Amino acid sequence: MNELVFFINNVVVAGSVSGSIYAIGAVGVTLIFSIMRFAHFAHADVMTFGALMVLLLSTAFPAAGASIGIPTALIMLPLAMVLTAALAVGIDKVFYKPLRAHGVKPIVMVIGSLGVTLILQGLIRLFAGTGGQSLYVDDRKEIFRLALPFEDVRVPVVITEPQLYLFVITLVAVIALHLFLNRSRLGKAMRAMSDNPELAQASGINTNLIVAVTWVIAGGLAAIAGTLLSLDVTFKPDLSFFLLLPIFAAAIVGGVGHPYGAIAGGFVVGFAESLAVFNWNILLRPFRDSFPAWLELPTDLAFVSTEYKIVVPFFILVAILIWRPTGLFKGKVI
Amino acid sequence: MPLLEARDVHGGYGSMNILNGVNMTLEADEVGVIVGPNGAGKSTMLKAIFGQLHVNQGEILLLGEPIHNLPPNKLVQRGMGFIPQEKNIFPSLSVQENLEMGAFLKPHNVKRMLAQVYDFFPPLYEKRRQPAGELSGGQRQMVAMGRALMAEPSLLLLDEPTAGLSPLYMNDIFDRVKEINAAGVGILMVEQNAKQALAIADKGFVLAAGQNRFTDTGEALLADPEVAKSFLGG
Amino acid sequence: MSTQPKREDLVAAPSRFPLREVLLFAALMLAVLGVYAAMGAAYSTRMLVEAACYAILALGLTIQWGYGGQFNAGVMGFVALGGFCAMLFSVPINDAFWGTELPGELGRVLLYAIAATLVVIGVTRLDRLGVPKTLRTVIAVVVGLILYLVVISLLREVTGEIESRAGFIGGFGLPAWVGWIVGGALAGGVGYFIGHICLGLRSDYLAIATLGIAEIIKAFLKNSDWLTRGTATVSPLPWPTPGPSEVGFTLARALYLSMTAVVIAVLFFLLHRAYHAPWGRMIRAIRDNEVAAAAMGKDINRRRLEIFVLGCILMGLGGGMLTSFNSLFDPNGYLPLNHTFLVLVMVILGGPGNNLGTIFGAVAVYIIWIMSGPMALWLMQLIVTFGEGAFGWDAPSNMDSRALQARVLVIGVLITAVLRFAPKGLLPEKIRHHD
Repeated sequence: MNELVFFINNVVVAGSVSGSIYAIGAVGVTLIFSIMRFAHFAHADVMTFGALMVLLLSTAFPAAGASIGIPTALIMLPLAMVLTAALAVGIDKVFYKPLRAHGVKPIVMVIGSLGVTLILQGLIRLFAGTGGQSLYVDDRKEIFRLALPFEDVRVPVVITEPQLYLFVITLVAVIALHLFLNRSRLGKAMRAMSDNPELAQASGINTNLIVAVTWVIAGGLAAIAGTLLSLDVTFKPDLSFFLLLPIFAAAIVGGVGHPYGAIAGGFVVGFAESLAVFNWNILLRPFRDSFPAWLELPTDLAFVSTEYKIVVPFFILVAILIWRPTGLFKGKVI
Repeated sequence: MPLLEARDVHGGYGSMNILNGVNMTLEADEVGVIVGPNGAGKSTMLKAIFGQLHVNQGEILLLGEPIHNLPPNKLVQRGMGFIPQEKNIFPSLSVQENLEMGAFLKPHNVKRMLAQVYDFFPPLYEKRRQPAGELSGGQRQMVAMGRALMAEPSLLLLDEPTAGLSPLYMNDIFDRVKEINAAGVGILMVEQNAKQALAIADKGFVLAAGQNRFTDTGEALLADPEVAKSFLGG
Repeated sequence: MSTQPKREDLVAAPSRFPLREVLLFAALMLAVLGVYAAMGAAYSTRMLVEAACYAILALGLTIQWGYGGQFNAGVMGFVALGGFCAMLFSVPINDAFWGTELPGELGRVLLYAIAATLVVIGVTRLDRLGVPKTLRTVIAVVVGLILYLVVISLLREVTGEIESRAGFIGGFGLPAWVGWIVGGALAGGVGYFIGHICLGLRSDYLAIATLGIAEIIKAFLKNSDWLTRGTATVSPLPWPTPGPSEVGFTLARALYLSMTAVVIAVLFFLLHRAYHAPWGRMIRAIRDNEVAAAAMGKDINRRRLEIFVLGCILMGLGGGMLTSFNSLFDPNGYLPLNHTFLVLVMVILGGPGNNLGTIFGAVAVYIIWIMSGPMALWLMQLIVTFGEGAFGWDAPSNMDSRALQARVLVIGVLITAVLRFAPKGLLPEKIRHHD
C-alpha cells in the first residue's frame, strides 16, 4: 500500500499540478491561435512576466497576506493579472498589429513573436537575474500530510498549500472561461470570430475589440499559470522554451482553437510527463517475491530520466501530428 | 433621396481595376438585381458597396451620405446588411447564437428581433440550440438571412443567395426576399438565375466588363430582346 | 496606385550596375579593416572564421526560409549535431574503452534495440493474421513499452559501466572533415524525420517541432556522458589544417579561414545554379503560390522536404566546422540565442532568399555581435561609474552577466524591427516580374 501512496504523490498529484499549469497556458495559446491564426511563441515569457509581477508586488508589500491568512502572492495575483493583460495588449499594439496591417503570412507573425519573446527574456533577466527566487516572500509554505486510514500505510499523501490553491484557482478559471465564452456577448463574438472572421466583421463585430479582449484573457491566464508554477516550486526566469513545448503540445493535442480541448490536452501532457519519469519498479516491489528467480528487475524502471522530461511533450506532439493532426477534439484550425 | 446611389465607381484589387465606372440608384422600397456574365464584376460591386474593396474613383452614397471605403462595421451601424455567398454562417455557434451575432451592435434589440426572425423562419426556432453547421443548405441560408435581419437593416445586400440550392428552395428564397422587401427593407442582390431574379426586381443592372450595359426595370429588361439574347440565354 | 514604384524596385534589370551590393560590401570591408586595426590580426581572423561558419548556417536557413518559406526555429539542434559528429570522428581513439569488452557490450545492446524494433513492427502487422485491429494496437503498445524498458535498462547498465571505467567512448581518430560530412548527413536525417511529419501541415507546426527537437538534441548531448563527456566537455579538437602550435595563431586561423572560404564559394556556386535551375523555379513557385503549383501537378511535399533537408545538411556542416574551429565540444555552449536567433537575424537582415545578401548579413551581424559584448560591458561600466559618482548608487555585483542579457534584448528588438521596417532585408531577393 505504501507503494500506491507513493504513486499518488508522484504521479497523480504531480501530474495534476503540471497538468493544470499547462492547461491554463494552453488555453491562452489556443485562444490567440483561433483569433489571430498564429502560434504565439512569446506565451511562456508572458507567463514568466506575470509571475515576476507577483514577485515584485509581494516583495513590496510582504505583510499583506498575513492579515487575511492567505499567501501574499495570491493577493497580488489579480493585480499582476491586470498588469500582464496590459502588457499583452501593449505587445499586440506595438509589435503584432503593424504586421497584421501589412497582411503578412502567419509564419511571419510567429517569427515576430520569437522576437518578442527574446525582448521579454532580456528585460526579465536584466531586472530579475537568472537565479530562482521563492514567491513566498514573507509567508510559510504549509504542507499537508494526509495519513490514510489503513493499517500498514506509513507514508502519507503529501499536498502543499500552493497545490491546493492551484486546484481551486484552475477550477475557478475554467468555469469563468466557460461562462464567458457561452454566456457573454463578447465571448460569443470571440467564438464567432474564431469560426468565420469575415462574417464576424460583416455582422458589425469590432474585430479590434475582440483581438484586445483575447489578449486580455490570454494575458490574465498566463499570469495565473506563471504564478501557480512559481508558487509550486520557485520563480525561474529562464524556463521559456522548456515551458513552451508542453503548452503547444497540449494545445495541439486538444485541437487548436478548441479551449476545452486545450484543458484536456494540458492534463494529458501533465500526466504523461509524470508517468514517464515515474520509477515503475516501486509499484512492482510488493510482487517481487513471486517473480521467478531469473527475472531480476533493475532498480530504475523509469521510461525517461528527469533530464529528458522534455522528450515527453515532444513525443506526444509528434504522435498527434502523425495520427491525428486536428487533435483529439477536432480543432478548427489545422 | 435614393437609398443607395453609386456614381461612376472604379475599384479592384491592387492596381488592377475590376470596376470601370458603375452607376446605380436604388430607392428605399425597391428590389435591385445585378446580373451579367462571369467576371463582369457583380460580386465585386457588392463588396465595394460593403467596404470590402477599395474604391479608387467615384462615390457611393447611402441616404445621401458618402460611405465608400468605410469599414464594414461602420456600415452595419448605418443600416446596411450583407449576406456573403459562401461561408455565411458561424458553423460551431448554435442557430440562436448566430442570430445574436447579427444584432451585436444593437444588444437591446435582441429579444424583440429574435421573436421576429423566428416568426419569419419557423424552422429555425425548432433548431435554435443546434450548431448551425449541422443544418441543411436551405436552412443555413435562412440562418444567414436571419442573422442579417437581426440588425434591422434598411438595405440588405445578398450575394447569389440561391447558388447551389435546389429549384424548390430557390423559389422559397425569392419569396422570402420579396417578403423582406415588403417589410420595408431595400434589397440589392447578385444573381446567376437571372430570369427568376429579374422577375421580382424593381430595378435590374446588367453589368459587363465592370460597366453598366443595361439599366432598367426588371420587367423591361426581361422584355428587351437584346438583353435576352446576350445575357439570359435566348 | 502606390504599388507601382514598389514593384519597380523588385524588378531587377539583369544589366543594372549592382550599386547597392558594392556599397554594402565596401562598408563591410571597412568594418573588417577597422576591427583588424583595433583588435589585432589573430583576434580578427578568429572572428572572420567564425563569421564564415555562421555564413554556412545562414545559407542553410536562407534556403529553408528564403527559398522555401519554411521556418526552422531549431538551428541550434542541427548545429549541435554537426559539432557532436565533428568531435566524435576527430578526437583520438580511447583505448580505455576499445581495449575492453565494453564495445561488444554496447554493440549487443544496439542489436537488442534493433531486434526489439523489429518485434514491435512485426506485432503491428498482427492484424493480417486476423487479430482485431484494436487488440493489435493494445498488444503493440504493451509489447513496445516492455521491450523499451528492457533495452533502456540494459543501455543504462552499459553506459554506466563505460562512464565509470573509460570516461567516454572517445573518438574515431579520423580527419575532422569526415565528421563534418557525417554531421551534415545526420542533421539531414533528423531534418527528414521532422520535415516528413510537419511539412504537410500548418507552417507553425514546423517551428514548434524544430524548437522542440533542438532542445532534445541538446538535452541528449548534455546528459549522455558516456558519449560526449556531457558537461565535462571535450577538447582539444584537431583541425584538418595545420594547428596554431605548428604555424602560429594568425597563420593557422588564416589557413582555416581559406578553407571555409573555399567551402562557402563551392556552396554559393551550387546554390546559385540550383536557384536558377528548374528545380529552384519550382521551389519558389511552391512558396509563392502553393495552390497553383499543386494544380500544375508539382509534388509539393516532396519538394518541400528536399529543401528542408538540404538546409539542415548545411547547418550540420557549418556546425561541425564551427565546433572544430573552437576546438571545444561543450553541449552547454549551444544556445538558442547564439545558434538559432543570431542566424535568423543574419538571414532576415541580409535578405532571405538572396545568397549574397545572406553572406553579407552573416558577416555584418557577426561583427556587430562580437563587438557588442565588449561595448555593452564598457557601457555598463560607464553607467555604474557614473551612478556611483553622481548618486552614490550601489550597483548590483552581477553587472557583467546582466550586460550579456542585454544582447538577448538587442537580438529581439532587431528581429521585430527588421520584420516591420525592412521585411525583405538589405539585399532583397531579386524577383523578376513578367508583365
